[in-house]
Amino acid sequence: MSVHKNINQILPNDLHVTKTKLVLKNFKDFLKKLKKHPSALIGAILLIIYVTISIFAPFIALHDPKKTNLNIKMKPAVWNGGEWTYPFGTDQLGRDIFSRIIYGARVSLLVGFITVMISIIIGTFLGCIAGYYMGRLDAYVSRFADLLLAFPFLIFSIGAMAMLGPGFWNLIFALSFKSWVEFFRLVRGEVLAEKTKEYVEAAKVLGMKDIQIIVSEILPNIVHSILVLGTLRIGYLIIMEASLSYLGLGIPPSIPAWGSMIEGGRDYMFNAHWISTYPGVVLVILVLAINMFGEGLRDILDPRLKLE
Amino acid sequence: MKGIKILERLIATIPVVLGIAIIVFLFMRLTPGDPVDIMMGKAGMVTEAEIEALQREFNLNEPLHVQLFLFFKGLLAGDLGNSMARGVPVTKLIKDTLPATIELAGGALIFALIIALPIGIISAVKQNSYIDKAAMAVSFVGISMPAFWLGIVLIILFSVNLNLLPSQSRLSHMINLQHITGFYIIDSILTGNMPALINALKHLFLPSITLGASMAAIIARVMRSSMLEVLKQDYVMLARAKGLSKWMVVIKHCIKNAMMPTITVVGMQVGVLLGGNMIVESVFGWPGLGRLVVDAIFNRDYPLVQGVVMFYAIIFVLANFTVDVIYTYINPKIEL
Repeated sequence: MSVHKNINQILPNDLHVTKTKLVLKNFKDFLKKLKKHPSALIGAILLIIYVTISIFAPFIALHDPKKTNLNIKMKPAVWNGGEWTYPFGTDQLGRDIFSRIIYGARVSLLVGFITVMISIIIGTFLGCIAGYYMGRLDAYVSRFADLLLAFPFLIFSIGAMAMLGPGFWNLIFALSFKSWVEFFRLVRGEVLAEKTKEYVEAAKVLGMKDIQIIVSEILPNIVHSILVLGTLRIGYLIIMEASLSYLGLGIPPSIPAWGSMIEGGRDYMFNAHWISTYPGVVLVILVLAINMFGEGLRDILDPRLKLE
Repeated sequence: MKGIKILERLIATIPVVLGIAIIVFLFMRLTPGDPVDIMMGKAGMVTEAEIEALQREFNLNEPLHVQLFLFFKGLLAGDLGNSMARGVPVTKLIKDTLPATIELAGGALIFALIIALPIGIISAVKQNSYIDKAAMAVSFVGISMPAFWLGIVLIILFSVNLNLLPSQSRLSHMINLQHITGFYIIDSILTGNMPALINALKHLFLPSITLGASMAAIIARVMRSSMLEVLKQDYVMLARAKGLSKWMVVIKHCIKNAMMPTITVVGMQVGVLLGGNMIVESVFGWPGLGRLVVDAIFNRDYPLVQGVVMFYAIIFVLANFTVDVIYTYINPKIEL
């Protein structure tokens, strides 16, 4: 019926095979480049360690992270004269800090990852439609996006969490509500730029439908930028999550999270600083790793993309 | 011509402020549960009459659009309602705490600029040297560090271990200071109160570093990269060829031209200063706007939360507007 269909018939049968080969080759190229970028490589390795630890948390943790025991409260870490049973010491309620940190990694990574996924899906969907068709929807969504940008991120999420109350999904809702905007603006701008290029014209001449053009022609060309922004935003969102949990507005206290652990140790800074400091060290290293990997990703995939 | 452009830009901020007001308003009203129940807490010691009085005070019996209209009416008159927990107008609370917040933001900004500008310039001039690499590594850590944790580490180091600096509030109890402007630094200078000035500065030190650290990291990186851009320009080469020393060229020609992107970033960081102060103020017990709103959240004092969040957002919009206007004066090539 359409020209496009005919072309598909003319093309060799192993088109899909070549496509997978191409993806594999690209991935190998990427790995090669990553090896030459030391900070990105370190970031990637650290990130893999964090993800592995959080997946296997129940096997790595030494104790139940929620179990309190006032007989052993505020024991110091091993290198401060503590014992190996509680390598990072215990907190004010006698809970094992090491195990809580391990479980806390789950919360941080999950919040960062899920929020970024939701933001990418919403932002890319709306950004593609707005950039490709322009028109009224674009006008409405863009105005709404401008409005959300008028709020500083932390103020918006503090306000939202004050209304929603602490909770894992509430937190993800509040963070996603604001963070899709950046993906929307990125994708919209890129689609606007891409759709005037010749390959899109060619696809139109071939009789491809709009949705096909967006999904199989334009998106593969802008997915790099989305990936880079997505990676860097995970680090930022993890800091947001920790800040909100620190204020008691993020993850409820029943779930071990680094932000609330740091808060919990605030009153014991004078005699048990480790309750606050170690979760913070782990948090900083994770965010550092994500930023190192993200910036490396940008250098490798998309050098022209400048953030902030 | 310029005046008209600025006016146009100012008018364009009005719909944004209106939109913010609507979002803040809807957030308040669409919260699950009756606001009165939530505000009264679950103590159960509330009489019917009290609930009715509350509902009347916050116009909760009116339909939503009427409530919105009344909210706007109050807003235009500069009335943000009364605080639930304290029974005082929200505007008065904002007025009382604002100087503390501005003083802290100012301290953070000064700290960030004093640290970041020289580091950025030196890193660019000595590109790829050890100084450059170390500075950029430190700034990278600075960006990745949450303010509340940095604050706690600083307290442990300087207050607990070294016992050098105070960690809570704006002034020690034994110091007497006559309040004139609410800015303790200014008040103590005005009254010639030397002990109070030193004490206030000591109190300001750690919170300013905490709030300014990530900003310093970002400014240093931006200053470095724009400086590198400028150093590549022909006129720099020319000035060198004319026999000016490297540092003279940097000071006389480059810094001014490299400042533009830096000012942009400083302007964008206003939001970070505003948001960050909530965290930093609660770490250091700093009695400013940020702590006011955090306390209000825990007291379930919704009118206060609403008013302060609204106030923050408007300040943020106005700050962005001001930055835009400043640009046009620094760089006439830019049009609003």
